[in-house]
Amino acid sequence: MRLTRDLGRAEDLAQDALVAALETWPATGVPERPGAWLMAAARNRAVDRARRERRFQPRRDELAQEAAEREAEAPDLDAALDDPFGDDLLRLLFVACHPVLPTEGRVALTLRLLGGLSTDEIARAFLVPEPTVAQRIVRAKRTLAEAGVPFEVPVGDELAARLASVLEVVYLVFNEGYSATAGDDLTRPELCQDALQLGRILAGLAPREPEVHGLVALMELQASRLATRSDAAGAPVLLLEQDRARWDRLLIGRGLAALARAEALGAGHPEGPGPYALQAAIAACHARAATAAATDWSGIAALYEALARRVPSPVVELNRAVAVGMANGPAAGLALADALALDGRLDRYDLLPAVRGDLLSRLGRHGEAAAEFERAASLTQNGPVRALLAARGAEAARRAGEA
Amino acid sequence: MRVMVMVKATKDSENGSPPDEKILTAMGRFNEELVKAGVMLAGEGLQPSARGKRVRFSGSSRTVTDGPFAETKELVAGFWLWQVKSMEEAVEWVRRCPNPFNVDSDIEIRQVFEAEDFGDALTPEMRAAEERMRAELSRKR
Repeated sequence: MRLTRDLGRAEDLAQDALVAALETWPATGVPERPGAWLMAAARNRAVDRARRERRFQPRRDELAQEAAEREAEAPDLDAALDDPFGDDLLRLLFVACHPVLPTEGRVALTLRLLGGLSTDEIARAFLVPEPTVAQRIVRAKRTLAEAGVPFEVPVGDELAARLASVLEVVYLVFNEGYSATAGDDLTRPELCQDALQLGRILAGLAPREPEVHGLVALMELQASRLATRSDAAGAPVLLLEQDRARWDRLLIGRGLAALARAEALGAGHPEGPGPYALQAAIAACHARAATAAATDWSGIAALYEALARRVPSPVVELNRAVAVGMANGPAAGLALADALALDGRLDRYDLLPAVRGDLLSRLGRHGEAAAEFERAASLTQNGPVRALLAARGAEAARRAGEA
Repeated sequence: MRVMVMVKATKDSENGSPPDEKILTAMGRFNEELVKAGVMLAGEGLQPSARGKRVRFSGSSRTVTDGPFAETKELVAGFWLWQVKSMEEAVEWVRRCPNPFNVDSDIEIRQVFEAEDFGDALTPEMRAAEERMRAELSRKR
């Protein structure tokens, strides 16, 4: 901003410098003072560009350029005082996650600029062709330029709204790694690590935002179970049946600490804890239970209730039904699930009949349970899941036959 | 990948002399950078081996010996666990570490074995519930 008069150009240059840094640092290593390197690199490019354009500019501008270059030689006290690297990183993160961009553009740009992933790595992570990713990035940059998105961190009310967009992108990346939507693998742990790293960096840059710590807590706790989420054949393993001895206690500790920070920072908020903190609290209930039987289902049910108030959703309600079924018995859970079935919004979701099937089984109503499992199996897109639902349906039918 | 980064002991760390204030401050800043970069997972200093014990396993016998232990260079004075993309990145971070001691010292980097994937059978409904909810909530925001 100090060297070039063109704000847009300054933003480009800072972004280019940051991009260059993020491209070279993994290979050459993080330099001594990244902030200083960044500003120096951006200044060098500005000087280069100014020199190139001088050939096409009227002579009188030359003097202005030379004065600007001389200014560039002077020690940059501002840069020494703030944390230009941290600030630029934060600015870049907010720009890359700007709501004017489509979600896939935000994700691609964030992973490219801040995660340091190559377009090829991003393409492989989301199982789309590399040119598609390249296009998304090009389009995203163009959209940002055309919309005149400023290279700055939003403040006040806008910050809260824009932060939600950043957290959404980070969590999308995490989820893609945690339960990959396509491909041969159930999980892609590297993506989880990328998202976790982004979240931890964000927590360092925006340490007073409770939902940042809430999201980090949620990701740390979920990541603690990564090793146990699939069996040797790659089939998914239910949380309640995972080998808890293999849950990563280091990540659990970190997750619980982040949750405590989120709760402390969010205390006194009129609406209570935010959605990420609530989801993290639910994950924490599982993490704290030494065995599945020791799970605090009442606590989980109450948390889902709070979550439903914050983020009204039939899916959240269904999860509450499951928790209530565990805490207060299957009949109580079934009452909630039945109400949801009447609601109609979950008609195409395999999990509603699956949950009803499970609750009906536990109530000894095996014939009805079999019908629900079969319905669930017909609704799911996932092969291994369909197989398991069909197997449960067959088992329920068998028990109904015995009655 | 994870690495364990071990600061190997020196006579200074073993004789329990108080750490140099300047080193402590510099290390504190380094640790902050590791946290800010999302690399730091854990890190601790270890008390001198004089306060430690060793248990020797031989067949079914167990022999407990009190420290201190002689082979200073082989002992660990402190450790970190870092989340990094490669050994090269780990080496770069270690290069940036301030001198842990006022004498020559070593910092050793070892890769952590990642857990293998295997587990038990699942009932898909609960798992699906978890995942769909997360996806749903992400979409809703």
